[in-house]
Amino acid sequence: MKTTWKQARWNEPLVYILGSKETTGYTIPYYEELAELKKKLGYTPREELGAIYRDELPEIPGLSEVELVRHYTRLSQMSYGVDIGPVPLGSCTMKYNPKISEELVKTPYIQTLHPYQPEESVQGLLEILYELEQWLLELTGMDKCSFQTPAGASGELAGALMIRKYFRDRGEERDEMLIPDSAHGTNPASAAMAGFTVVKIPTSERGTIDINALKSALSSKTAGIMLTNPNTLGIFEDEILEVEKLVHETGALLYYDGANLNGIMGIARPGDMGFDIVHLNIHKTFSAPHGGGGPGAGVVCARGELVDYLPRPLLVKKDNKYVWDYSCSKCIGRIRAYYGNIVPLVKAYIYLASLGGELVREAAIQSVINTNYFIALIRNIKGYELPYDPDKPRKHELVISAKPLARDTGITAEDVAKTLLDYGLHAPTMYFPLIVEEALMIEFTDTETKKEIEFYAKVLEEISKRAYSGDKSLKKTPTNTSIERLDVVYGNHPRNVAPTYRVYKRLRGEK
Amino acid sequence: MLKKIGVSSPWDLFSDIPRELILEKPPRIGYGRSLSEYEVSRIVNSKLSQNRLFLDPPPFIGGGLCLHYVPAVVEHLVSRSEFYTAYTPYQPEINQGLLQVLFEYQSLVADLLEMDVVNASMYDMSTAVAEAVLMALRVTKRRQVLVPSTMHPEHYEVLKTWLLGHDIKLVKLGYDRETGYINREDLDRKLAANDTAAVYIEIPSYLGFIETEPEYIAEQAHKHGSLLIVGIEPLSLGIIKPPGRYNADIVVGEGQPLGLGLNYGGPLLGLFATKMDRKLLRQLPGRLIGVTKTIDSEREGYIMILQTREQHIKREKATSNITTNEALMAITATIYLSLLGGKGLRELAESIWIRSHYLANRLSELPKVRAPLFSSPFFKEFVVEFPIEYKYVFEKLLEKDILGGLGLEGPPLYNSRACLFCVTELHSRKDIDRLVEAIGEIL
Repeated sequence: MKTTWKQARWNEPLVYILGSKETTGYTIPYYEELAELKKKLGYTPREELGAIYRDELPEIPGLSEVELVRHYTRLSQMSYGVDIGPVPLGSCTMKYNPKISEELVKTPYIQTLHPYQPEESVQGLLEILYELEQWLLELTGMDKCSFQTPAGASGELAGALMIRKYFRDRGEERDEMLIPDSAHGTNPASAAMAGFTVVKIPTSERGTIDINALKSALSSKTAGIMLTNPNTLGIFEDEILEVEKLVHETGALLYYDGANLNGIMGIARPGDMGFDIVHLNIHKTFSAPHGGGGPGAGVVCARGELVDYLPRPLLVKKDNKYVWDYSCSKCIGRIRAYYGNIVPLVKAYIYLASLGGELVREAAIQSVINTNYFIALIRNIKGYELPYDPDKPRKHELVISAKPLARDTGITAEDVAKTLLDYGLHAPTMYFPLIVEEALMIEFTDTETKKEIEFYAKVLEEISKRAYSGDKSLKKTPTNTSIERLDVVYGNHPRNVAPTYRVYKRLRGEK
Repeated sequence: MLKKIGVSSPWDLFSDIPRELILEKPPRIGYGRSLSEYEVSRIVNSKLSQNRLFLDPPPFIGGGLCLHYVPAVVEHLVSRSEFYTAYTPYQPEINQGLLQVLFEYQSLVADLLEMDVVNASMYDMSTAVAEAVLMALRVTKRRQVLVPSTMHPEHYEVLKTWLLGHDIKLVKLGYDRETGYINREDLDRKLAANDTAAVYIEIPSYLGFIETEPEYIAEQAHKHGSLLIVGIEPLSLGIIKPPGRYNADIVVGEGQPLGLGLNYGGPLLGLFATKMDRKLLRQLPGRLIGVTKTIDSEREGYIMILQTREQHIKREKATSNITTNEALMAITATIYLSLLGGKGLRELAESIWIRSHYLANRLSELPKVRAPLFSSPFFKEFVVEFPIEYKYVFEKLLEKDILGGLGLEGPPLYNSRACLFCVTELHSRKDIDRLVEAIGEIL
């Protein structure tokens, strides 16, 4: 199998090399008025600001419009997203982003709305958010959501703080948060930010939470457990009802990390599993794009008493009007300014309105079919194995280990990932979860085509063959991308750390 | 596909889910069926068009966010789907373009602030403030934080929330009613015990006024072993001295003026910068892009650096839980800044300064109107006090299709006759005159 794929290689210089601080491609509005207004004022910025006036122009290079367009278009051509090819990063749910969503949000009816303009003047937008909330409640089995949280991790922080405040109000000193060793890194990080001590719960041979370990970890100090279900191995926690019983019996709470909802949305609900707080990743499950790293939206929802603790304000309907409710007797307050990341939320609304309940369920089923179809295709390829009960169906994602390949040939999971790039495919998440050696975590989502999934499996097989035939070039991949394999150690060496151009210049002895 | 998997029904793939958990019917969401693209467009557009726009004249409301012009070319470039459909660039070789833009973002913001290190973005300014404070607490291992009483009230609330899990004293500094400046004796007194992790100041402040001698605050803070955190407004730095010049340790800001729409308050862009200091760098939250070389040392390229601070590696010992950030907003800001250039930025800042001062001057000509309320210099936003309840003025302006300033009946001023006006490059002289005339009629 030969690949003919080549990524653009523009050798595009930094904007600093292309532009100058005297150049601008921007025209100031109503420029001709300024001289007279200045005269009317009778004093200048320099005179008013005195010592805090900026004497020198900022070292910001400006470009003409055509230069600007070429520079950033070229850089875009050296980038890779779902619109180029599959991005099966595990736990990232990189599904296709419908273009209608992108178009509908580009309107002054969203873009020019000020967060402090009267509620009566934004009823249309609030109605969209309100309906979205009802649908998310239906999907999660929760009682109320807050739109505040701008990302999944922020939802987790909100959830962890809600748990903290809940026990503080009850006068209970519970400062331990239980987290499985297979959990996303954000779970322990969020718990720690909320002041909890993290207690790690091991994964059993079945690939699910070790119930006996859970039993011995639970105590009167336990505040809660943070779980994602299906877990990061793509395996459904089939003893979840037992977990729920054990955790609630000790008086602790259950937090659901919604990063992995895609495989069960519309099929099973965290609320029915007994979770008290849930966050959802709007930019994963509900098709809003990832934007090269963000923006996301991490709606956090709660049940029963925990609703009182949600970040404020909450959207409510009162006398047929949508209003923000700021009342907060127990709540944790605000987790960010204003109301939330509105644009991705509207995209989620468009997605759910377009699909409707049946197709939402269908999407989950398709994502699970895609995962298991891929497993069937790669099951017998030499060098990879499916750890933890290989016969159990996976849900939204799967994790394979390239340990045999690394042991037999020296070709590691990283080499496999880098070589995939040479075939025009984005690599899986690598070296995660930490409980799997040489891990490759793969999530195709519901929108990947059968053809691409088959091609991906074929390439993995080809890489295995090349590795076992002693092909050392696998250590030097990729070569078809805009740049060859990068040295991670060099850029991280204290002597070389250059996070900005001004530091870079200084390291090279330039002014 | 099912045949290859070896099952007869897709439901076999869900056989491990306890039966009682499986929903009998599909969820009741959407409109009871799937919708065509036309139908969904019509529904969304019809709802959105119920919103009321204030574009003629542009809104005069502020409070941390104001409407600015977003050039078409910025919107166009940021709509390139190679950017917006990408994930975080975990595989740098296939995402060099995205990484280079983010490196340019860090570099341009660094030069704007004259700070050496800028991360790849925070959610917004409020969470950037909270992260800066948490960072200062880790760096100094102290437990008190001093903030201005006049700070953005929502930022203060966010800070309080983020500190819920910690035993920290969040203390407000008194301010001078005439200038709005932090009361210096109060600052000295509260710093005296040498137990303050950080002093936070805003330049310009939430209320628009500008502290012209931040050097004093910086010196005092440093003398007592505290860090100085400065909150800025990026466009103002076209004419205001950058915080790197007065020895700020951490700088935060709201990047929305750099080419972002208002979008009813989100997504925004949290700017976050520090000095190039090993102790600070080790505690920096968020992603960082840096320069490296290819393994054969032939060429330079970009990667995410110092990832050992981050959650996917350090887990509970990470400097922050942030993962998804506001990368696309950072790309927007990069393109916007590169369009303006240093000179364009200065001219834009000057035009905003001139227009906002013109409004203040015109309002001050009205009987019993105090504009600006504070005697100090200001940028873009400023406080005006009326002889009557502002709520009434605001309502009357709405009747004239004008979105007036933000009422200040709540924190930090608790003055029901005062409001915060925002004037940007969008406001022509005619727009400003129209507002003044309207207010004249109302009064």
